[in-house]
Amino acid sequence: MEPSSRNGEANAGAGSVSTWRASDLELEVFARGAEGAERLLVLHDLDYVNGVEYPFTEGLAKRWRVISPSHPGFGGSSLPPSFDSMADLAYVYLDVLRLTGPAHLIGLGFGGWIAAEIAIRCTHDVRSLVLVDALGIKVGDRTTRDIADMFVVSPSELVELSWHDAQRGEHEMPLPVANRGFDEDQLTRLLDNRKTAALLAWNPFMHDPKLRARLARIDCPTLVVWGASDGIVSPLYGRAYARSIPAARFELIGQAGHYPYLEQPAAFLETVEPFLLGVQRA
Amino acid sequence: MKAYFFTEMPYPYVPEEVERAYGSSRVIVPNRYCDPAAAAELYNRYLDEYEYADELGLDLMLNEHHQTLTCMDAAISVSAAALARRTRRAKLVLLGTPLPHRDNPVRVAEEIAMLDCISRGRVVSGFVRGVPTEIHPSNTNPVLNRARFEEAHDLIVKAWTTPEPFTWEGRFWHYRYVNVWPRPYQQPHPPIWITGSSLDNVPWVADHGYVFASFLTPYDWTNSLIDVYKRSCAERGLPEPSADRFAYLALCYTAETDAQAEAEGQALLWYLRRVRHPQFNAPPGYVPPHVQAQTILGGARKGYGDSFETLQEKGIVMVGSPDTMIRRIRTLYERCGIGHLLMMNQAGAMPDQQVRRSLELFAREVYPEIRDLGEQPAHPQTVSSERRSAAFRP
Repeated sequence: MEPSSRNGEANAGAGSVSTWRASDLELEVFARGAEGAERLLVLHDLDYVNGVEYPFTEGLAKRWRVISPSHPGFGGSSLPPSFDSMADLAYVYLDVLRLTGPAHLIGLGFGGWIAAEIAIRCTHDVRSLVLVDALGIKVGDRTTRDIADMFVVSPSELVELSWHDAQRGEHEMPLPVANRGFDEDQLTRLLDNRKTAALLAWNPFMHDPKLRARLARIDCPTLVVWGASDGIVSPLYGRAYARSIPAARFELIGQAGHYPYLEQPAAFLETVEPFLLGVQRA
Repeated sequence: MKAYFFTEMPYPYVPEEVERAYGSSRVIVPNRYCDPAAAAELYNRYLDEYEYADELGLDLMLNEHHQTLTCMDAAISVSAAALARRTRRAKLVLLGTPLPHRDNPVRVAEEIAMLDCISRGRVVSGFVRGVPTEIHPSNTNPVLNRARFEEAHDLIVKAWTTPEPFTWEGRFWHYRYVNVWPRPYQQPHPPIWITGSSLDNVPWVADHGYVFASFLTPYDWTNSLIDVYKRSCAERGLPEPSADRFAYLALCYTAETDAQAEAEGQALLWYLRRVRHPQFNAPPGYVPPHVQAQTILGGARKGYGDSFETLQEKGIVMVGSPDTMIRRIRTLYERCGIGHLLMMNQAGAMPDQQVRRSLELFAREVYPEIRDLGEQPAHPQTVSSERRSAAFRP
């Protein structure tokens, strides 16, 4: 994989966007923060493909170079024809890490699952791991649905499950439905993101039955952050996630659902930033 | 024009308020609402109706759905097996086996080859993707639905036509030894029919020379699908496909008078008026995202909520006296050029006596008048059972 030349870089809000190319993949990569700084690789969730436009990016970009790709098949990134599993994504990001050099990984929801898939394979370039309301493991018994059926519940139920403040979620969540004011292109992009998520994780639904046992291989400092009101994957699920990773600490953020970094960005920063600084001092 | 009797084998006893409470007639209406004793009566009644249609000289169509009160035929080869032994003349159109949802396509090849032998070559093997709600009972990947369909199809046809063991190492299925016993009675294999209601799979159907079937689409929509088929043939320098390449399914009911047909035929609307769950009907990636986006913004719909009159104008519903039915079927033929009329001639709680009376009237007074529509020499893909032993080399 190669980043495109500097003249291929464009401004994206306060950051920049460039295209990184591998043989059959074009990866859209957003970046923000000083180029020489320590790097944070942010892996997005499935309904939010926000590049460096999260409420926490500005704060973290003061100390770190925040790099936030759109996953293959999401946003402006292509989907190679052979891709149909989370492992395919994990190997892309292991290549990205080899290029950027060691980075802290921050995985949000679905992106948290990708981060875990990366870390169980190799932590050589992973300085630390932050998992936020991550999907990907099986916790309950075989008749328990650990992960909400986000594609089957109604849009308003999905907001209820995902947000502590459902009224705000109703207003902000970019769902592919008629009454949100999206045009055809915008709807197509949102639906494409969901199509890729379904391709990668329909059955077993949003998890790999073998991942939990493999989490024991993760040997880097790990912080597991969870929204106290998350109805997609519960805080109990999050605690089980943290217990499965040897060096993990669990932190609950109040008044937040599946997206604590959107609902409580200040509390999120206050939790994540000291963890990252602690890792760097150690 | 060939006519086929079809019922979805509905279970019409679930109160509407139950359906509304669950927001769906499929997938999640608890099966506690299905009384097995009532189901037993219904299965036997519906199979008796099929046998009666065979006696009347009609051909038969069967289908399959899962976890739904709209259709108790949950295993198409089971119902086809029951009819293969109890009917003597009719074609048995299985339309169809939902290929992407089957775990084992070789088993499908075996079942259909067996049915073809038991029925002495009366099987038509329809293959379908399955409606979107079928994704949930089988929990198969909606994005890979088409790819699974095509690989299963390729494997089944190869299993039917390869007279010795072969290996299959595909994307979805792996077998070290495929060697289906029996071979199909019809050689090289039973005719294949494919359904579709959007443009994306029609060229594939045309390329294979299969019969294309459209269900409950308005005339114009049906026409545009058939046009794509014809254009695909023209682009490949193939002869213009004849009417026997096209099938259409409508809700049909014949009675002594128009007034009686209008009154009794209303019962057919039961099928169209079931509660449709928006999310179960739109699993991600089942249709291309840009098409789904257009649908969200109010794109083309089949119009199942239309009035009885509008549904008749669109050709989705065809009811009437024998004379009216003859006229309606001629109109369908003139507008769309189809050669197979699939008559969903029973829906919901429509009573057995009405179904039988309707079929009798149709067979006696309508069918003789429409039979010749579009009749031409058989298409090369339609292999008659007389030729069955041509490829057999002991």
